Amino acid sequence: MTEITSLSLFELIKNIKEKKISSNEATKSFVDRSQKSKKLNTYITENFENCLKLSKEFDNKPNFDLKLPGIPIAVKDLFCTNEVRTTAGSNILNNFVPSYESTVTQNIWNEGGILLGKLNCDEFAMGSSNETSFFGNVQNPIAKNLVPGGSSGGSSSALAANLTPVTIGTDTGGSIRQPASFTGTVGLKPTYGSCSRYGIVAFASSLDQAGPMSKDVKDSSILLEVISSFDKKDSTSIDFKRNNYSSELTRNIKGIKIGIPKEYRVDGMPGEIENLWKKGIEYAKDCGAEIIDISLPHTSYALPTYYIVAPAEASSNLARYDGVKYGLRSSGESLIDMYEKTRSEGFGEEVKRRIMIGTYVLSSGYYDAYYLKAQKVRQLIKKDFDDAYNKVDAILTPSTPSSAFKIGEKSNDPVSMYLNDIFTVPVNLAGLPGISIPAGRDKNNYPLGLQIIGKPFDEQTVLNIAYSMEEKINYKNNITDWWIE
Amino acid sequence: MDRIMSKKNSEYLIERNDNIYEVVIGLEVHAQVTSNSKLFSSSSTKFGAEPNTQVSLVDAAFPGMLPVINEYCVKQAIKTGIGLKAKINNKSVFDRKNYFYADLPQGYQISQYKYPIVGEGNVILDMPEGQKQVGIERLHLEQDAGKSIHDVDPSNTLVDLNRSGVALMEIVSKPDLRSPDEVNAYIKKLRSIMRYLGTCDGNMQEGSLRADVNVSVRIKGSTDLGTRCEIKNVNSIKFMQMAIIYEANRQVDLIEDGEEIDQETRLFDTKKNETRSMRSKEDAHDYRYFPDPDLLPLEITDEFIDQLKSEIPELPDDKKKRFIEEFKISPYEANILVSDIDTAKYFEEVVAKMGKNRDMKLAVNWITGELFAVLNNKNIEIAHSPISAKNLAKLINLIKNGTISGKIAKTIFELMLDGDIDPQIIVEEKGLKQQSDPKALEALIDKIINDNREKAIEYKQGKEKLFGFFVGQAMKASGGKANPQLINEILKKKL
Repeated sequence: MTEITSLSLFELIKNIKEKKISSNEATKSFVDRSQKSKKLNTYITENFENCLKLSKEFDNKPNFDLKLPGIPIAVKDLFCTNEVRTTAGSNILNNFVPSYESTVTQNIWNEGGILLGKLNCDEFAMGSSNETSFFGNVQNPIAKNLVPGGSSGGSSSALAANLTPVTIGTDTGGSIRQPASFTGTVGLKPTYGSCSRYGIVAFASSLDQAGPMSKDVKDSSILLEVISSFDKKDSTSIDFKRNNYSSELTRNIKGIKIGIPKEYRVDGMPGEIENLWKKGIEYAKDCGAEIIDISLPHTSYALPTYYIVAPAEASSNLARYDGVKYGLRSSGESLIDMYEKTRSEGFGEEVKRRIMIGTYVLSSGYYDAYYLKAQKVRQLIKKDFDDAYNKVDAILTPSTPSSAFKIGEKSNDPVSMYLNDIFTVPVNLAGLPGISIPAGRDKNNYPLGLQIIGKPFDEQTVLNIAYSMEEKINYKNNITDWWIE
Repeated sequence: MDRIMSKKNSEYLIERNDNIYEVVIGLEVHAQVTSNSKLFSSSSTKFGAEPNTQVSLVDAAFPGMLPVINEYCVKQAIKTGIGLKAKINNKSVFDRKNYFYADLPQGYQISQYKYPIVGEGNVILDMPEGQKQVGIERLHLEQDAGKSIHDVDPSNTLVDLNRSGVALMEIVSKPDLRSPDEVNAYIKKLRSIMRYLGTCDGNMQEGSLRADVNVSVRIKGSTDLGTRCEIKNVNSIKFMQMAIIYEANRQVDLIEDGEEIDQETRLFDTKKNETRSMRSKEDAHDYRYFPDPDLLPLEITDEFIDQLKSEIPELPDDKKKRFIEEFKISPYEANILVSDIDTAKYFEEVVAKMGKNRDMKLAVNWITGELFAVLNNKNIEIAHSPISAKNLAKLINLIKNGTISGKIAKTIFELMLDGDIDPQIIVEEKGLKQQSDPKALEALIDKIINDNREKAIEYKQGKEKLFGFFVGQAMKASGGKANPQLINEILKKKL
């Protein structure tokens, strides 16, 4: 039965459609393996019983026309799920059970997916190592005491450990692509406006975007097709013509122009990242792509810009967690006292840090110098990409400046932690689609990822390039199941 | 000492130690948009529902909930802007105004800060000394907060979110108002315009119209603005006027005592009739306004504005002008009739039903006299008048064509109140038709003169006062139905 869990989503669907595997069998396999994998600490809330029940119901009345027929799927605990606890990795929502469903997860259930459980993540998606979660660290299945990346660390770990066939994460500054890179998996952040934000616990509204995480590129294309939709309940959702990403997926990328931005060659970048990038360029050429050197001149301002814009929005988005309506409430002498105690006890250190930064940059007297300036720089960063896309169809960069680090290694050094997002953040600021695919290993045999950035709404090209390169790279995770009891 | 030096028309001046001060007032009126659903959610806005029964997940700011603009509210704001002769901005932006309060679920209010939907405009006030133009600075859309209830539970504050997210228009005037009377006229005019447009019901008891009042004082003739104080959330015209009088005098006292006025936010205590400091400028909230990333800028095309312009009904100023020209009534009468849209509608319906031989004087007098008296007494809106415009027009026509006398008409009017009865039917059933047959009246008068020979002689000898006696006797004998004009004529002839 262990084989089922190592199947790709595409293979699993095929087997279910051909009635070689039932939904219940598949679900049992993932539940069994998940139950043996508690050491990874990937789940915040398990939905195993209900998932098994629903898989039986599916088998009794199967509908093989669906895109995810009876497929059990665990999702990041940032998606609100009807009647299933949703915490956002925070103590302040420790006991919060929504009465509604996020659009993205609803899209999955509508196509036959079944909720397996809610996956660990950094508190309110603020973090790059899953160490800020109120529910504890997550282990990277690649090696013991290695972070799985963040904030979608529970998702990347569960996926790499074969606890779920695919998963979804959210990406505000790299929270899908960086953990994918750290775990040897594929993670796609779609164009801003592609996937509805309705029902996703908000971190930074102008940057947040849900996306698929999978073991290979084809699986991401299948899942993207399901989750991407125009949604009137999200005013920033965009009504554009969405492709049938999986059926239009092709390895024919002959003549496609791929840009290499010189500004991504940052100071102190490890040699192995530099080499990975060079190898990536060769792979792309092998696939028939034309490589063009480009410039994205404002790249170095992206990280500081991001760390103004994102905390500013977060400081406001998180104001609703005040103990009045739902979630944690600490008792206090007065309203203000109750607020202070609730929020002091409910939020962790990193969340508090970002609320403080965000409050500061929006304060009168500082607004122009920080927030307004950051918005202007954001426009310049966007324009860099617009200009580049006059010459190229996509851009190739490393996903991260390093491989996964040890748990605790950077948790006391926020700036070094923030630097992890240096290659992913500009993509969010510009609202572009970006994918991370596994492309090699470092000296410790930890996976390294390459990022392909596309034009707005051109997920298809991004997927096609990734699909072609994936074949040439031929990366396979080497998982030893060290955590299985 | 009477602090008000002179009260000529609507002027309001304060005298102290030979200094004459004038008061400078600007209003921020919060008008609830007439709309079935809230500004960013589909919850009902119906007034008076059970607490927390009209609250969506968006209104209660549940995690992951997003605001979606209600197009109808946007249209209402634009229409109001057109009614205020204001510039409609093609692009406006929703901002978040951040502050913590128990009845503010999001921890921020969605409002418009730098880029409001409506820019500068003006309204015309009809003051006793003539017309006055008051400038409008801007109008913007924003969410209302919920309601904190402190006096139900002894140890807890209760929160009702029914109002949370209801659309408000904040209409900011320029500091153009100079007296409590002008404030009264301004609020009434705004209310009138919005009721004509159907964009705000203007119901102050239900809180549909409230205002923050900015007050400063200065030596009359000066053009500099003094330091102002803002009196928050006053919900009746009377209280606004009381608060202004108190606050202006307080400020004058401070200045005369050589003290500084602190720019601050104050509250009006309606029981003690005084304003009290709420927070000083130093303690003022830093609202950390920034564009709401959940909402796109509001873009409005000229075509959209033109479409709405074509839907705007005749507004009070135009209607007044037309009433004066078309119906030849006085500006004073026209003002009374147009100030409330339902009165204007009623009047126009009466005019229409009176037909060709209409009598404007009678129509105006009966509406503003008898009908208003009844409505005031019974505290009924004219829209729910117990006498329909159709039947009032009939009554007026009965007077006009001599069927009944004005006096009998008043009796009939009283009877009509009991279920909007057709006056014609009352006249017939009760036999109240005026006696206008000269022969019958002559016979009647002959008998009276006969019965009162001595008085008739006295009259002829010059005691003219007795004429009234004979009229009275004749009316009495006819049961009040005799045509008074005919009685006069016949009596003069016979005596």
